[in-house]
Amino acid sequence: MAAISREEVAHLARLSRLAVTEEELDTFAGQLDVILQAVAQVGKVAAADIPPTSHSVPLTNVLREDVETPCLTPEEALSGAPDAEQQRFRVPRILNEDLAS
Amino acid sequence: MTTTLPSYDDVVARYEPVIGLETHVELGTRTKMFCGCRTDFGGEPNTRVCPVCLGLPGSLPVVNKAAVEATIRIGLALNCSIADWCRFARKNYFYPDMPKNFQISQYDEPICVDGYLDVEVNGETVRIGIERVHMEEDTGKTLHVGGATGRIHGATESLVDYNRAGIPLVEIVTKPIPGTGSLAPDIARAYVNELREVIRSLGVSDVRMEEGSLRCDVNTSLNLPGQEWGTRTETKNVNSLRSVERAVRSEMLRQASVLDAGGRITQETRHFHEDTGDTTPGRSKETATDYRYFPEPDLVPIAPDRAWVAELKAALPELPRVHRRRLQEQWGLSDLDMQSVLNAGAVELIEQTVAAGATPAAARKWWLGELSRRANETGVELVDVGATPEQVAELQGLVDAGKLNDKLARTVLEGVVAGEGSPTEIMTSRNLEVVSDTGALTAAVDEAIAANPEIADKIRSGKVAAAGALVGAVMKTTRGQADAKTVRELILARLNVEA
Amino acid sequence: MSDLTRKTAAEIAALVAGGETSAVEVTQAHLDRIAAVDDQVHAFLHVDTEGALAAARAVDERRAAGEPLGPLAGVPVAVKDVLATKGVPTTVGSKILEGWRPPYDATIVERLRAAGTVMLGKTNMDEFAMGSSTEYSAYGATRNPWDLSRIPGGSGGGSSAALAAYEAPLAIGSDTGGSIRQPGAVTGTVGAKPTYGGTSRYGLVAFSSSLDTPGPCARTVLDAALLHEAIAGHDPRDSTSIPQPVPNVVAAAKLGATGDLTGVKLGIVTEFVGEGAEPGVMAVFREAVDALTKLGAEIVEVSCPNFTYALPAYYLIAPSECSSNLARFDGVRFGLRVGDDGSRSLEEVMSLTREAGFGPEVKRRIMLGTYALSSGYYDAYYGQAQKVRTLITRDFTAAFEQVDALISPTTPFVAFPIGERTADPYQMYLADLFTIPTNLYGGPGISVPCGLSDGLPVGLQVMAPTMADDRMYRVAAALESAVGTFTPPAL
Repeated sequence: MAAISREEVAHLARLSRLAVTEEELDTFAGQLDVILQAVAQVGKVAAADIPPTSHSVPLTNVLREDVETPCLTPEEALSGAPDAEQQRFRVPRILNEDLAS
Repeated sequence: MTTTLPSYDDVVARYEPVIGLETHVELGTRTKMFCGCRTDFGGEPNTRVCPVCLGLPGSLPVVNKAAVEATIRIGLALNCSIADWCRFARKNYFYPDMPKNFQISQYDEPICVDGYLDVEVNGETVRIGIERVHMEEDTGKTLHVGGATGRIHGATESLVDYNRAGIPLVEIVTKPIPGTGSLAPDIARAYVNELREVIRSLGVSDVRMEEGSLRCDVNTSLNLPGQEWGTRTETKNVNSLRSVERAVRSEMLRQASVLDAGGRITQETRHFHEDTGDTTPGRSKETATDYRYFPEPDLVPIAPDRAWVAELKAALPELPRVHRRRLQEQWGLSDLDMQSVLNAGAVELIEQTVAAGATPAAARKWWLGELSRRANETGVELVDVGATPEQVAELQGLVDAGKLNDKLARTVLEGVVAGEGSPTEIMTSRNLEVVSDTGALTAAVDEAIAANPEIADKIRSGKVAAAGALVGAVMKTTRGQADAKTVRELILARLNVEA
Repeated sequence: MSDLTRKTAAEIAALVAGGETSAVEVTQAHLDRIAAVDDQVHAFLHVDTEGALAAARAVDERRAAGEPLGPLAGVPVAVKDVLATKGVPTTVGSKILEGWRPPYDATIVERLRAAGTVMLGKTNMDEFAMGSSTEYSAYGATRNPWDLSRIPGGSGGGSSAALAAYEAPLAIGSDTGGSIRQPGAVTGTVGAKPTYGGTSRYGLVAFSSSLDTPGPCARTVLDAALLHEAIAGHDPRDSTSIPQPVPNVVAAAKLGATGDLTGVKLGIVTEFVGEGAEPGVMAVFREAVDALTKLGAEIVEVSCPNFTYALPAYYLIAPSECSSNLARFDGVRFGLRVGDDGSRSLEEVMSLTREAGFGPEVKRRIMLGTYALSSGYYDAYYGQAQKVRTLITRDFTAAFEQVDALISPTTPFVAFPIGERTADPYQMYLADLFTIPTNLYGGPGISVPCGLSDGLPVGLQVMAPTMADDRMYRVAAALESAVGTFTPPAL
């Protein structure tokens, strides 16, 4: 049985903001299936009582004093922008307002 | 969708509300949460940004110690446990005001958990459970262009300014609050107000709702008595105390009308509109967003050691409730009088005015009288009315010294509010000081007597009450700058009548 | 002056310091070499001729003024295009960043400058450092100077090929699953992955934050150590940077070069000498082990049972982090934007931009990571992989109680022909089979050339405990003293 369906891959592409083509979907579905079956081997390890490792460095409390450092100039900040207007980054109209703050 | 809503009394008679509040507070640190960019309000667009808060490739966050301390202090003030160990997590979703398309937040390992805040509603104390207090970063601000009202809907494009991106935010989440009945809206408001007082007393944020440094999301659900809690909605965009109250009330009414019609409440995000007082649903058709939280690999855990927490705890100021009780006693106010001081947002102002030398009664008179009236007229918070506690104390000092009478003092205060200077400066420059020079006054009195021989005769014949008319005439010629009592004494003396 | 491009970094620094040549002369020689051979090799994405000569002149002026010079003053260095360089194009091998000139320098780039090195330009790489052959670069594959029809390894194939082609004496790489060591092995050069946190990631365009480690590439172990020393050390702008002194890697390399490994105990990883590697590689590796024995090292076998699961765990952790790290490439603040013709929404433009800007391997990993982090799958995939990471760390810890360092072949196979593995992504992943455990553990690893198999280089990997980077340099330098360095056929 396939680990992942073409529909799931299409969903992942949407979540990842990738406008993949139909042809790509076919290719990716096959490839991701192979990869997922291979990586699923991690499930064979008995690790129920093993703590997860998210960082390999055993550091804690790396904190910075509340001291100002120089900002970029607006020119530098906007230098890479594909489009700018009124010293702001211009984007096309936004559809999803739910996440707006 | 029903068009007629049931009455509020009817709704609370039949349904039980459960509310919950999520409050975001922008901390007043000098620099941002994860970089050294300044945080001051109102800079030109994109002038408070660096590679880190712009999310440029390769940049990395470093946690601001002052923000962690402020969060721990808020947690302690809210009677929370401070975690021995906590982590940041990434909350992944695409939105252009979020430079990295993920927000660094805390997920299942927040820094403060399980506290409470006591609030007073109608003289009763209600204990609101606090689920968690955690740290995260703010987003940038988006300007919607081309639409009707600057709203996102109908806009043709949007412009993003990242000055606010990365400003430290503390999110304070209550436990669900059941059992409030008809008081749900009042309790929601009282909670936010008290939370604001607590945070202000800590000095970690200016907690101004209108500037967005304190923002509220309100969760509301209804259930029939004895049944399970209903499906909740989350109302965003609630940006004043009054709106907190209105949002709960409006959502209770809306949900009741849906339930009455046999409908079901959808778990959704709704937006509150200040103008109408209504909530409307978000436009997203997507089902519950999966934020794919995972531990932020660019940051290491925070493990506040006990000594540090103890030190922060020892340095906490007196909390507002305790402080208020002490002030009420000192000022000799009844509960009712204290309540009106609280409602006016004048506690601190009066306190500072007293500290600057005025009596509590005089300070209260100015702040709750003339200045509250002006604040209401101009629609600003009392603290922003334009007069400082020091100026009010100075003004009262001039009155106490006999240099200003009550009417003149009010004129001077207008000048202060208009930004003309200190009370003494305004009194001098506008020549408003009480005329106490007896020579000039005597001349004015003699003039009034000469101009009104009949009244003078009446007074001489013992009708002392008639002196009022002459006092009025003198006040007129001195343009109100004389002390009425002095004028009256002078008139009687010139007419050789015993007072 | 004999050919300056054939000299080691240590030699060049000495010549410049002694006034026998100038930094400008050295730099020009390398620029000339790049002009002569890079058409064939394609190691560079950008050559900063002006910047390099200006930096070289500054070194010469400092020397003329009698100011002190660093140990690498005047030595040219090639920088993998994964590091932000102020005002100099930084693409990460991706179309999505084409033309981007960062407004800031990576910490390592600042340190390279402070050390007096001269940055020649930016080297080719698999897009976003995802790959083992440099074939996934959006700007065309780099070729292996040993055989131009073969891959130079990846992701840092550009840096290693530049060294092997004598276009630069030093190069910077970044190693997430082997991207310094594996290219080093297949190009016959030295590549060292420092302890995670030993070198700053500030300005390193992130692939997998908990694994990415920038490090030195060179033609000799001593040169790698000199570069390591110049770039390593605590950086307050990287929260995962270790606030401890850098191990004395230069002294260790010099000690190793004396050819004495008496008292040093080395462990061969049992799991890596079974069927994993091709016979030619194993034969060369065995000879190298014999050489190490002759140098006085005691060799034992050490089993690390969980290393078997390193590859699957890595291909869950790295894609998960990458799916989040690469979300910022959305066409809003920098880089490519596609489809913004006034008719489309932001969401559509973002999706078209990312579709056009990312290559297939990047897309695969983003989707894989998005999947592994999804709420229904998190525990079975990402969560489980993090636990396996703990077990691998325990294997290392246990091994280092028995031995001073672990050794293995760096890669299971020598450089393969271009195009051989692109059709099957998982076959490509196997190239990192032996290098990945070190990344999951966070310790240091180095690949040093140990011989040729059918005329192609084979590397030996030395793995040491965290913050014991000096140990691996000692062993590598000792092996180098025994087997020598390897020179590819003339281009």
